[in-house]
Amino acid sequence: MNLAFYLAAAVAVFATTMVVTRLNAVHALLYLVVSLLAVALMFYILGAPFAAALEIIIYAGAIMVLFVFVVMMLNLGEQAVARERGWLTPGIWVGPALLSLVLLAELLYILIPGTQAVVNPEIVEAKRVGVELFGPYLLAVELASMLLLGGLVGAWQLGRRDAAAQRQEAGHDRDAD
Amino acid sequence: MTATLTDHALLIAVVLLALGVCGVLVRRNLLFILMSLEIMLNAAGLAFVAAGARWAQADGQIMFILILTLAAAEVAIGLALALRIYRHFQTLDADALSGMRG
Amino acid sequence: MIDWLWMVPLLPFAGFMCLFVSGGRLRAPVVAAIGAGSVGLAALLAGAITVDYLAAVPPEGAVRQVLWHWMTVDGFTPSITLYLDRLSLVMLLVVTGVGFLIHLYSTEFMAGDEGYNRFFAYMNLFVGFMLVLVLAGDLLVLFVGWEGVGLCSYLLIGHWYRDAANGLAARKAFFVTRVGDALFLVGLLVLFTQLGTTDIAALLQEAGKRWPAGSTFAVAAAALLLGGALGKSAQLPLQTWLPDAMAGPTPVSALIHAATMVTAGVYLIARMHPLYELAPPVQLTVGVLGAITLLLAAIAALSQTDIKRILAYSTMSQIGYMFLALGAGAWPAAIFHFMTHAFFKALLFLSAGVVTLSLNHERDIFQMGGLRREQPLAFWAFLIGSAALAALPWVTAGYYSKGLILERAWGAGSAGRWLWTAGALGALLTALYIFRAVFIVFFGELRTRPSGTQGLRMGVPLTVLIVLSIGGGWLDVPSLLEPLSGAQIAATSAAAGTLRAPEMLVTGLALLGVCLACVLYLWRPDLRVRWLALPGIARLQRLSFSGLGFDRLYDLVLVRPFLWLVRVNRDDIFDAGYNRVASGIRLAHHGLSGTQTGVLRWYAAGMVFGTVLLLAVVIWS
Repeated sequence: MNLAFYLAAAVAVFATTMVVTRLNAVHALLYLVVSLLAVALMFYILGAPFAAALEIIIYAGAIMVLFVFVVMMLNLGEQAVARERGWLTPGIWVGPALLSLVLLAELLYILIPGTQAVVNPEIVEAKRVGVELFGPYLLAVELASMLLLGGLVGAWQLGRRDAAAQRQEAGHDRDAD
Repeated sequence: MTATLTDHALLIAVVLLALGVCGVLVRRNLLFILMSLEIMLNAAGLAFVAAGARWAQADGQIMFILILTLAAAEVAIGLALALRIYRHFQTLDADALSGMRG
Repeated sequence: MIDWLWMVPLLPFAGFMCLFVSGGRLRAPVVAAIGAGSVGLAALLAGAITVDYLAAVPPEGAVRQVLWHWMTVDGFTPSITLYLDRLSLVMLLVVTGVGFLIHLYSTEFMAGDEGYNRFFAYMNLFVGFMLVLVLAGDLLVLFVGWEGVGLCSYLLIGHWYRDAANGLAARKAFFVTRVGDALFLVGLLVLFTQLGTTDIAALLQEAGKRWPAGSTFAVAAAALLLGGALGKSAQLPLQTWLPDAMAGPTPVSALIHAATMVTAGVYLIARMHPLYELAPPVQLTVGVLGAITLLLAAIAALSQTDIKRILAYSTMSQIGYMFLALGAGAWPAAIFHFMTHAFFKALLFLSAGVVTLSLNHERDIFQMGGLRREQPLAFWAFLIGSAALAALPWVTAGYYSKGLILERAWGAGSAGRWLWTAGALGALLTALYIFRAVFIVFFGELRTRPSGTQGLRMGVPLTVLIVLSIGGGWLDVPSLLEPLSGAQIAATSAAAGTLRAPEMLVTGLALLGVCLACVLYLWRPDLRVRWLALPGIARLQRLSFSGLGFDRLYDLVLVRPFLWLVRVNRDDIFDAGYNRVASGIRLAHHGLSGTQTGVLRWYAAGMVFGTVLLLAVVIWS
C-alpha cells in the first residue's frame, strides 16, 4: 500500500517540477494533469475516496480542461515559446529557489515533528462527508455556492466582447456566409 | 505507521507548495503564474486531506471541497482576466503590466 | 484745577490724534495751530495747577489721582495713577513751558517741510508721553511713558527718512536705549516681586521699612534702574547714540535730546531717591559715572566741527553734572540744574537752528564766521546761552545751579571732593568748548552769507528763553523741592562762609576757559595751529573727535561678533534640524515608493519574503 503512496508522491513532485519549467503552455498543463492524478491516488491511499474522486472530476477534469480551452483560444504559437525561452534564463531561478527552500525548511520544521501514532487508516467514505456537509457545514456550502455564482457572473462579464466588437464580428460572420 | 504516512503526506504537500511558490516567482507568463497558483492550492488541499485522514474525520475532506470551489471560481475569473489582458495589451507578460508603479 | 491734572497729558495726545487721523489733509496753519496749541494749552493748564498747588499745598505735599485700574491679577493690581508733588510740578512746568516754546519755534522752522503734519503729530505724541512719564504715580505707567518717549525719539530722529543715514541714527538711538530699557524692566520686576507693588509712593515706603541700607535687593534694583537711566540720559557706557541723534531736525534735538527726554533718567533717579539712599554703592556709582561722562563729553566737544554735535556732547556733559549731584545725594540740585539746563540748552539749540536755517542747513562751524552782525538776535541768544552753560557768575542761571551742585558735592564726604574736582575741571572745559563755538561762528570774517532772518515765531521763543536763561537761577527752586527745616537753614548758611574758596576757584576756572577760548580762537589763531602741529596732538584730536573711540570699541566688541553670529546662523541652524527631519522623511518616502514597481512578481516575492520572516519569528520565539 505504502509503496503506491510513495510512487504517486514521486510522480506528483516530478510532474510539478516539469510544470514549472516547461516552455510550452500546453505541455505544462498536461504535466499538471498528471500531477493532479497522482495526488488523487494519494488521497485514495490516505482513506479519502470522495476527495480523490472530486480531485479527478473537478480539478483535473474541469479546471484543467478550462485552462486548456483558454490556452487553445489564445493560440499563442511558436514565438510565445521563443519568448518563454528568452525569459527563463538559468540566473532567474536563483532568488526564487532560495526563497522557496527557506520556506520549505521552515514549514517542515513546523509541521513534521510531534504527530502521534495512530492505528490503521480508517476510510472516511462519501456518505460521512455528505452528512457533515449538510449538517455542521451547511453554511459553508451556501457560501461556496454564492462564491461560484459570483465567479460565474464575473467570468461571463469579463469574458464577453464589448458591443461594437460584437457587431463587427456578427458582420464578419454574415459576410463569411 | 499512519503517523508516518500523514507526516509524509504533509511533507509532499510542503514540497509541492514550495514548487508552486517558485513557479509564481519565476514565470512571467500570466498563464504559468495561474498554473503555479493551482499547484499551491492543490498542495494546501493535500495537507488538509492528510490531516483529516490522521484524525479519521470528514472535516479534512470538507475543507478540501471548499478549497476546490475556491480554486474553480478563481480560475474562471483569472482566465477571463487573462483573456481581457491579452486582447487589450497583446501580451501576457506580467512584468509589462506595471502601470501601477510609484 | 488740580482735578484737571489728567487733562495735561491728554491735550497733547488729542493733538496727536487729530493730526494722525487727518493724515496730511489739513493745511499748514491748521496743523501748526493744533500742534503748538495743544502743548500751549497744556502749559497754561500746568501753570494754573501750579498756582492752585502753591496756594493750598495738599497734605503730604502730593496729590494722587487714580484714573482707572489697569488690571486685577492675583496679587498684582496696578492702576493708572497720576502723582503730583513738587518734583513732578517742576518737571511738568518745564516740559510744557519749554515744549510750547519749541513747538512755536518749529512752526516756522519746519515750514515748507513735506512731513510738516507728521512732525507735529509725533512731537505732540512725545510731549504726551513725557508728561505721562513725569506725572506717573506707578512704575508701570512711568515705564509706558519711558518707552513712549523712546519710540517718539526714534520717529523724530528719522523724520527725514529718505536719507538712509538718518534711519541708521534713529535705529542706533533706539537700540542703545533699549539696552537700558531692558535693565529698567528687570529692575522694575525685582522691585515688584520683592515689595509686592508698583505704586511708587507705596513702593518707596515698603523699601524703607523692609530693606536695611546696603541690602542686596536695594543695590540690585537701584543698579538696574540706573542702567535704564544711563541709556535714556546718554551717560557712560550707553552714551554713543546722542551725537548721532543730531540727524533729526533742530527742534527735535532741542526738545528731546536736550531739554526733556534725556533728563528722564535724572528724573527717575530723583523720584526714586529714597531707594538710592538705601544703596550707597550705587549712589556713588551714579556720581562717578556722571563725573566721568562729564569730562569725556567735554573733551569730545572740544574738537567737533558740527555745531549740533558740540551741543549734543555739551548736553551729555551737563547731564553728567546732574548725575554727579544725584551721586552726592543732592537731588534738588540736580533738578534745579535740569531746569536751568532746559532753558539755556534749548536756547542754544534754537539759536543754532536760526543760524543753520539761514545758511541753508549748513552745520559745519568752520563754514560759518562773523555772523554776529548778520544775525544779531541769534548771536545774543547763543552768547547768553553759552554764558549760562559756562556758568559765568551772577547774571546767568547756570551759575546758581552748577554752583549748588558743586557746593553739595564738596560737602558730601571724601568721595564728594573727588566729584567736585571733576566738576571744576569740567567747568574749565565747558567754558572752553562753548566759547570756541561762539568765537568761530559769530566772530572773525564772514565765510558764508546768510539769507533772511527769523520771523516772530522764532524770535519770541528765543527772547523768552534768553530771559529765562538769565533770570532762571533766581527762582529758589531747590528750597521749593526740599523745604528745609530751621536747623538745616542755619547749617547751610554757616557752611556758606567756608565755601568761598572752592566757589571762587570754579568761577575762576570758568573765566579762564573763556579767556583761553578767546586767545586761541579770536586773537592768536596761530598759537592753535602750532599746538596742533605738536606730535601726538593730532592723534588726540582725532580721538576726541570720535567721541573718545567708543563707537569703534562697541563696533569691535559688540557689533562685529553679533553680525558674525548672524552670518553663521544665516540658514538658521536650529531650523536645519527640523529641515533634516523633513528631508529624512522625504528620503524614506522616495525609498519606499521605489518598492512600488507595479510588477506583479515583485509583489509576490514580497509576500513570500514576509511569510518567511513571519514563520522565522514564530519558530524562534
